[in-house]
Amino acid sequence: MKGLSPLDTKLLRDIWHMRGQAIAVGIIVACGVAIMVMALGTLSTLRASRDAYYERYRFADVFASVRRAPENAALRLREIDGVQTVETRIVRLVILRIEGVEEPANAQIVSLPDEGESILNRLVLFHGRYPEARSPDEIIISNAFAEANDLNTGDAIEAVMNGRLRSLTVVGIGDSPEFIYALGPGTLLPDDRLFGIFWMRRRALEAAFDLDGAFNSVSLTVAPGTDTQTVIDQADDVLAPYGGTGAFDRSDQLSNAFVDSEMNQLKTMAQIIPTVFLVVSAILIHSILNRLIQTERQQIGLIKAFGYSRREITWHYLKFAIAITTGGVLAGCALGFVLQNLITHLYAETFRIPDLTWRVDAFALVAGSVAALGSAIVGAMSAALGAAKLSPAEAMQPAPPVNYHQGWLRYILQMRWLDEPTRLILRHIFRFPARTGANLFGIAAAVTLLIGTLFSFDAIDDMMDQMFFRTNAHDAAVTFFEAPNDTAVAELSRLPGVMSAEGVRDVPARLVSGYRSERVSISGLPEDAQLRRILSADGRYVDIPSTGIVLSSQLAGMLDVTTGETVTAHILDATRPVADLPVTAIIDESVGTPAFMDLEAMNALLDQPPTVSGAYLKLDPHNQKAFENSVIERPGIAGVSLRAAATASFEETLQETIYIMMGIYAVIGGAIAAGVVYNAARISLTERGRELASLRVLGFTNNEVGYILLGELAIIALIGIPLGCIGGIGLAHLIATAMATELYRIPVTVNPSTLGIAALIVLLSSTIAALFVVRRVRSLDLIAVLKTRE
Amino acid sequence: MSTATKSSQSAADPDILLEGKGLERSFVTGEVAVRALRGVDISLKRGELVVLLGHSGSGKSTLLNILGGLDRATDGTLQFEGQDLTHASDAELTRYRRRSVGFVFQFYNLVAGLTARENVSLVTEIANHPMKPDEALELVGLGERVKHFPAQLSGGEQQRVAVARAIAKRPQILFCDEPTGALDSQTGIRVLEALDRVNRELSTTMLIITHNVGIGDIADRVLRMQDGAIIEETRPNRRLKPTEISW
Repeated sequence: MKGLSPLDTKLLRDIWHMRGQAIAVGIIVACGVAIMVMALGTLSTLRASRDAYYERYRFADVFASVRRAPENAALRLREIDGVQTVETRIVRLVILRIEGVEEPANAQIVSLPDEGESILNRLVLFHGRYPEARSPDEIIISNAFAEANDLNTGDAIEAVMNGRLRSLTVVGIGDSPEFIYALGPGTLLPDDRLFGIFWMRRRALEAAFDLDGAFNSVSLTVAPGTDTQTVIDQADDVLAPYGGTGAFDRSDQLSNAFVDSEMNQLKTMAQIIPTVFLVVSAILIHSILNRLIQTERQQIGLIKAFGYSRREITWHYLKFAIAITTGGVLAGCALGFVLQNLITHLYAETFRIPDLTWRVDAFALVAGSVAALGSAIVGAMSAALGAAKLSPAEAMQPAPPVNYHQGWLRYILQMRWLDEPTRLILRHIFRFPARTGANLFGIAAAVTLLIGTLFSFDAIDDMMDQMFFRTNAHDAAVTFFEAPNDTAVAELSRLPGVMSAEGVRDVPARLVSGYRSERVSISGLPEDAQLRRILSADGRYVDIPSTGIVLSSQLAGMLDVTTGETVTAHILDATRPVADLPVTAIIDESVGTPAFMDLEAMNALLDQPPTVSGAYLKLDPHNQKAFENSVIERPGIAGVSLRAAATASFEETLQETIYIMMGIYAVIGGAIAAGVVYNAARISLTERGRELASLRVLGFTNNEVGYILLGELAIIALIGIPLGCIGGIGLAHLIATAMATELYRIPVTVNPSTLGIAALIVLLSSTIAALFVVRRVRSLDLIAVLKTRE
Repeated sequence: MSTATKSSQSAADPDILLEGKGLERSFVTGEVAVRALRGVDISLKRGELVVLLGHSGSGKSTLLNILGGLDRATDGTLQFEGQDLTHASDAELTRYRRRSVGFVFQFYNLVAGLTARENVSLVTEIANHPMKPDEALELVGLGERVKHFPAQLSGGEQQRVAVARAIAKRPQILFCDEPTGALDSQTGIRVLEALDRVNRELSTTMLIITHNVGIGDIADRVLRMQDGAIIEETRPNRRLKPTEISW
């Protein structure tokens, strides 16, 4: 100890003496810091990797689709002010047949220039080579699809292209910044087995889809400082005559929007969850320090009598808080790295970004450390100042005994059936309201945090149920290339294995209300639609009204409209009609920001003969295979998705992460409860050790003394848990609101079982912590009690 | 003190409630072993009030701890009503303390969060045939103060609550460790009066440890300890009232 001041030596001894409590606080600090380091670190890794990927492989700024535009339309796009680069291409959905895969799979084929590489949204080629211009059947496939289906260069895949079955040869495996998150039709999570991205030479695609000298997709980059919306508006004007469906920027690009949404979630997590931990740790530090100062009251008096200043004493006790927090910060940073590594690996499975690897983020470390130390100092300050303020003469006297009063509590305590130990417990609870409040807060915070995190699994269940069962009663969804005559639906219904079919028409539109404007897809559904249903907020089925438009609550909120008000719909179709539509209903949809209209009303608005862009099918479960075989070969069909395959993939993907995340949440929630209970019990034991030992001498058993020691905490836990449940539902609302994006809205669904699991975790971890303290009851010194004055 | 006569007790005497033979207790502190008790023989008869005198370090508290079931002898035997306590488990010792023993401590050791009556009830609730808490408090002259918390009572009053708490379960034997050690003479005498009354009216066997020689005059028998052994046993000719003793 050479070189340490006597006060610092005392500090180290104090910490060693209170190591159990210091460790408990350290664990809570560590959890808070770990989550902050993990979330901020992953956020910055994800952002840095994505931005580097976008820049290096020239991810476009604006995207647009058209039905068919001549190549010279691109010249007019280049003339728009601020446009730097324009690249046209052909993008199509195709149905695949893969050996060993039973369900119909889909791929999005993207054209490459006939020579060399793309200018925008360039490929990262992991293996193989680019297709030869003269070999029309050569393709590059996306890395995730190759991995999921165990495909390599040289392997063949059958694809139905414009009604013709073609055998394509894989010559390369690559990725592009456009498909970091690759979603197939009708799915929410990537299913790499059933959906892939293919790249093919332009000439081969032009030939396959009769698009000679034409394109159906275009990407642009704009000069820095250019107003993207102006470019979008001008591009829409250029492309409108060719069936333009409205240009959009990166924020509406599906893959980019999902990455953004994930980053938003990480940011929310970094803000909300560590706050709960750090508030609890600050409260614990406050109570530990208060107790320590009471114990050391006479020493403080002595030290002050020696001439130590108030500032030195304040600093001495602040150092105590800083020291135990620093331990937690270091452990938290280390744990944060481990978690960040784990999460980054999970992300690397979902988000296809090359070089998405774990790296140290200095900002996350600094932010975590500053937040933890700051909250510790706030927690310690009033106790430390209280110590510094003690007058030496007063402090050297023993503290006056705690003065209990009968007060209003007498009416409860006079109840005859109360035994004395219970009466003692109740009186203690009410005698120290601040301490009771702090412990109550700690227990409630643990439950709150558990529910606030665990509810996401209920929410996912609810979203799945809504998406796959309540609203979608169909077994298969079919997408057509171009809106064909609605006889196509009748033809589909006659295919083997199909029991019924309903058409749907999706048209892109810009909905405008006042100064608010949103680009959406409006779905036209038949009057008596059974296979695609819509639900009101209270879970009732809503029939599509024959006039007007039905908006999802999310979209209604974004446009700030309610039922009865009017929105202006700019349909982004060839004819570009504009109509004022009354909002006839607002419905509940978790996924996307959909809008619905009656199909006939939509056709009338578009002033076109009845057409559809897709169909929902009910299949005969015993004859599904016949349907799968026959639908593939029908011309005009771009994609088929089976609900069974989609739900299975959804569940499989979730199962992988669900247990890891549940485990992490349970441990961190349990850590708070254990820390709070352990500290409270230790403080109680220190304060009342003499009293409890006296009771042991008087013949009370260890269990009876344990009851007096822990009964108070048991009551606090029993009150804290329901309070925590209320808090947890509140936190679930807060998190759901903070994490809601245009892509999906997390429903606030908290199952009773989740409340039960949270309560159980807290009870279990509290009990384990309490047992650690109860062990000490057995080692109470009964003899010392007889001899010492308090 | 009055005239002293030496005597010895027979082990077979049915009047004997608690009997220790050859009690040894050693403590090892660091590398030094200290023999706190050196083969003590002691017996307490039913209804007897015995005062154990001795200076600090004479071993009287160690002896009380062993007799009260708070500690175990390293050698020797201890019997309570003919039952062996020498090798009793923790649970058995707890049961012994719970059923048969009462304690009065030097520093009262009351539970701060309970009133006088509740402090007494705390013990009567776990006893088999206790007296009513108010009755016990009445016996020590605190019938009026039952609703007061320890912090609202004087030292003497707190000690009398402790006596009431100790006797309320009607223990067969009451151990008092320096019961007046923290009190002035006037208050101390009031506490002794309470103890004397309990001994006379309830016939509770009582062992009072003190270094105050005058207190020996209220006893049936006085034992004097020195260096871990009982070196003298005297029987006062007449038991004095607490008010008659010289403090």
